[in-house]
Amino acid sequence: MKIPLDFQLNGHPTTAEVHPGARLIDLLRDTLGLTGTKEGCGEGECGACTVLVDGRPVNSCLFPAPEVDGSEVVTIEGLAEPGQGLSILQQAFVEGGAIQCGFCSPGMILAAKALLDRNPDPEEGEIRRALAGNLCRCTGYVQIVGAVRAASRKLRASAGEEVR
Amino acid sequence: MSSLRHIGRDLPRPDAPDKATGKALYICDLSLPGMLHGKIKFSEHASARIVHIDTSKAERLPGVRAVLTGENVPEVRFGFMRDNLALKKGRVRQFRDEIAAVAATDPDIAAEAVELIEVEYEPLPAVFCPRQALEEDAPLVHERDASGRPRKSNRLALEVGHATGDLAAARAASRHVVEGEFTTPLIQQSCMGTAGCIARFDARDNLTLWAKTQIPFLAQRDFRGALAAMGLAGRECRVIVPTLGGAFGTGLDTHAYEYIAILLAHRTGRPVKILYDRREEFACLSPRQSSVVHVEQGCDENGKLTFRDVRVLQDNGAYTSWGATYPSVMLLPATSLYQVPVVSFRADIVYTNNTYCQAMRGYGNPELTWAIESNLDELAEVAGIDALDLRRINVNRPGEVTPMGLKVTSCGLEQCLETVGRKLRWSERRGKQRGKRRGVGLASLVHVGGGGRIYRSDGSGVILRFDDYGNVHVSTGAVEMGQGLHAALVVGVAEAVGVRPEQVFINQTDTATCPWDVGTHASRGAYMALSAVMIAAKKAREKIFRFAAGAFAGEVGRNIEKRRKKNPDYRPPDFDLPASLEPEHFDLADGEVFLTAAPDDPALRVGLDRLLRAMHFCRGGDMLTVEAFYDPPTELPDWQKGRGNMSATYAYGAQGAAVEVDTDTGEVTLLGVVAVHDVGRVLNRQTLEGQIYGALAQGIGYALYEEILTERGRILNPGFTDYKIPTVAEMAFPIEVEFVETNDEQGPFGAKGVGEPGLVPTAPAIANAIYDAIGVRIRDLPITPEKILAALATRAERKPR
Ligand code: FES
Ligand code: FES
Repeated sequence: MKIPLDFQLNGHPTTAEVHPGARLIDLLRDTLGLTGTKEGCGEGECGACTVLVDGRPVNSCLFPAPEVDGSEVVTIEGLAEPGQGLSILQQAFVEGGAIQCGFCSPGMILAAKALLDRNPDPEEGEIRRALAGNLCRCTGYVQIVGAVRAASRKLRASAGEEVR
Repeated sequence: MSSLRHIGRDLPRPDAPDKATGKALYICDLSLPGMLHGKIKFSEHASARIVHIDTSKAERLPGVRAVLTGENVPEVRFGFMRDNLALKKGRVRQFRDEIAAVAATDPDIAAEAVELIEVEYEPLPAVFCPRQALEEDAPLVHERDASGRPRKSNRLALEVGHATGDLAAARAASRHVVEGEFTTPLIQQSCMGTAGCIARFDARDNLTLWAKTQIPFLAQRDFRGALAAMGLAGRECRVIVPTLGGAFGTGLDTHAYEYIAILLAHRTGRPVKILYDRREEFACLSPRQSSVVHVEQGCDENGKLTFRDVRVLQDNGAYTSWGATYPSVMLLPATSLYQVPVVSFRADIVYTNNTYCQAMRGYGNPELTWAIESNLDELAEVAGIDALDLRRINVNRPGEVTPMGLKVTSCGLEQCLETVGRKLRWSERRGKQRGKRRGVGLASLVHVGGGGRIYRSDGSGVILRFDDYGNVHVSTGAVEMGQGLHAALVVGVAEAVGVRPEQVFINQTDTATCPWDVGTHASRGAYMALSAVMIAAKKAREKIFRFAAGAFAGEVGRNIEKRRKKNPDYRPPDFDLPASLEPEHFDLADGEVFLTAAPDDPALRVGLDRLLRAMHFCRGGDMLTVEAFYDPPTELPDWQKGRGNMSATYAYGAQGAAVEVDTDTGEVTLLGVVAVHDVGRVLNRQTLEGQIYGALAQGIGYALYEEILTERGRILNPGFTDYKIPTVAEMAFPIEVEFVETNDEQGPFGAKGVGEPGLVPTAPAIANAIYDAIGVRIRDLPITPEKILAALATRAERKPR
């Protein structure tokens, strides 16, 4: 038995059929070919698989695929509009040296986006709390926190603009 | 090198945009048409005879294309001492031994099939403690060596030692002597991208392997050996390295899963992918060795070190990887950290039925520096000398030759120590905050900074291919694994050749198109690749300038004509081209060739692209491709004697920590960390800082949190739930990083290797700070709250108040 799904994926109406027990990450990566979402643990411990469901960051390795029916899902592929270059947040990660091996980056960037969408001017402690579920083995997080702060400044400077 | 244009600038990394947008392709993202998924059946015993394997149910499962066991495949031997088999036969020696493997059309089917394989074992005696493994009646982990000779002991035939001076006399003559035993645990490298590969054979049985490796060329050699064992000697083995989700030493060896993928792909005639999940990564991929280090050091009444005696016991686990050669790098701190006239070092590496180990960042150096630097603080206390002063008194200096025979070219250790002391406010705070249970501590390091020769070649090749558009395409055997090699290559090539960074493109590492490199380890990647780039760039410039000598005047003529056509009033530059131009008249910068005598007039500058096209599209045309191979002027040490100048230069550094300890809970809070490193020269500050920050976080995990727990060889915490690496929440304290630039005479642009040093002295700096805060010394990593509470309790018992 398969469940039909109808949802918005990175702004596009999308339909799919999944098994009742399917994980969101498999729907995204295997069925829909969006491999930007990474699986680091499959157990909800690393945050590499973070995507946004209705603006909320979720671990797509635990999130049941059937539950996205009727929702809006944003993955890392949905941040930069084609032909428009990187989003302000992505650019801040690139320019801030916040990316080394990059395996944690999609999840990290989406967790940061969820935070900045909610609060464009977070305190450092808030940034740390928002990213505490996202493991990075390469960077020691210093430049990641710096990039989120830089993005927050830029976004506020160009106020009104949505955090892409 | 006065007018550097790109070196030292913070150019964003060329690989970052793809990684920020989800476009970078890691091994988990790759798939090929018709690809099957492989899954491995691992042993359920640490030591047992395999009585019977029943694969019939697995074979009958729809979707299964092959089930392999040690009994139905050619014997594929591998490992540093060739003591391992891709699929084990008759006997298992560790929990994770690979005893069968399945290829199926879908990963779930493969997993289900593995569950259906039934194995009957007969348990055999096992040994898990390296000390017990050395006892005479200990069960032998390997009864025979790779060539079938009977073995008598579990000690590996890998002798690493060192002796300089008369140890007994030096000990007797010392005013103060302190000894101690220090231990370190098994550590998971914890790459966020787990291990995996894809193997594919073409119709002529040539193999392509997409591999998560740091050593594409040594791996190629290993895989060719496997092909030979499969009756495919002489077939091509092409290794392609996809984007790596971290490596940290896990890519220094070839792995059973890779050979199994090769065997499955050959058996099925289809591409086969094996991808570890996180549990497999923890339980079935080799971690960093655990070690027991006994150290004794002495000094005279002035604090001059008199001797150092180090003995290491290293638990190798059941098979041997390159990591077994950790002691080769332990020799560095043992013999060459601070000036010590008399040194003795000996390492025993022992087989046990524990999981076998492999390299991790630092390669033995953190294990030893932990012991030496902790012990040095104890010596300072006994001698009544300030711990920073003791280190200053014995500091290494440029020009010295150490007992190991290391030729210290440049050395900024003294400055590193001074800076750490200043930033920690040492004299104000050291020993003065016990009331607040706060303390400061520091530790230093020496590491290879110009390659590390542990193989007959420590070389690196590079090819620079110039296209018709003035771009330079760089092929190197060195591997980008997240550390920023490509960023360093882009600035280095731009600088050395004289083009703009956006004209430099780095090709994917692929043994079919890239020249040989021994591997990206020992902090050597950027150092070696850039050293090769310097040679290649010089060749390219010579060839460009030779061609320019004949073609430049004509191109300038065309420049002037064009300008005249556009603007009839155009006045050509007031400069007479020499009648005959020589190559030495030219320079190249920002992608334009010009005369050194007239660098500024745009009409007298010719785009490199135009010269390249002129060179290419003419009678007897030529194209510009240069290659270079750099092998540094170093020695392969004699390991038994522990002597040889294994690196072209050495990296130094010092780190400091400020901590507060809660004596009720045993909790350690880091108040701040300072890292000051002699890096030779900063090539790209942001990337360099990233290397230090990241290494520091790993050093902090090593010091305070991380440990693989085992019980009779079984790993008990195979996941991030129970194996804690630092998160952004733990890393919430000020970190100050500073660089000392000693402009090393050997290094490319003066730089030294920096990949590993950042985690080497972190743990002892923290342990020394904890001692300063509460007066208890923990000698066993990680320094957990339980250990601190236990130490406090023991102390309270010993001297009741
Ligand atoms: S993969 Fe989902 S949290 Fe790690
Ligand atoms: S950049 Fe490698 S895990 Fe974060």
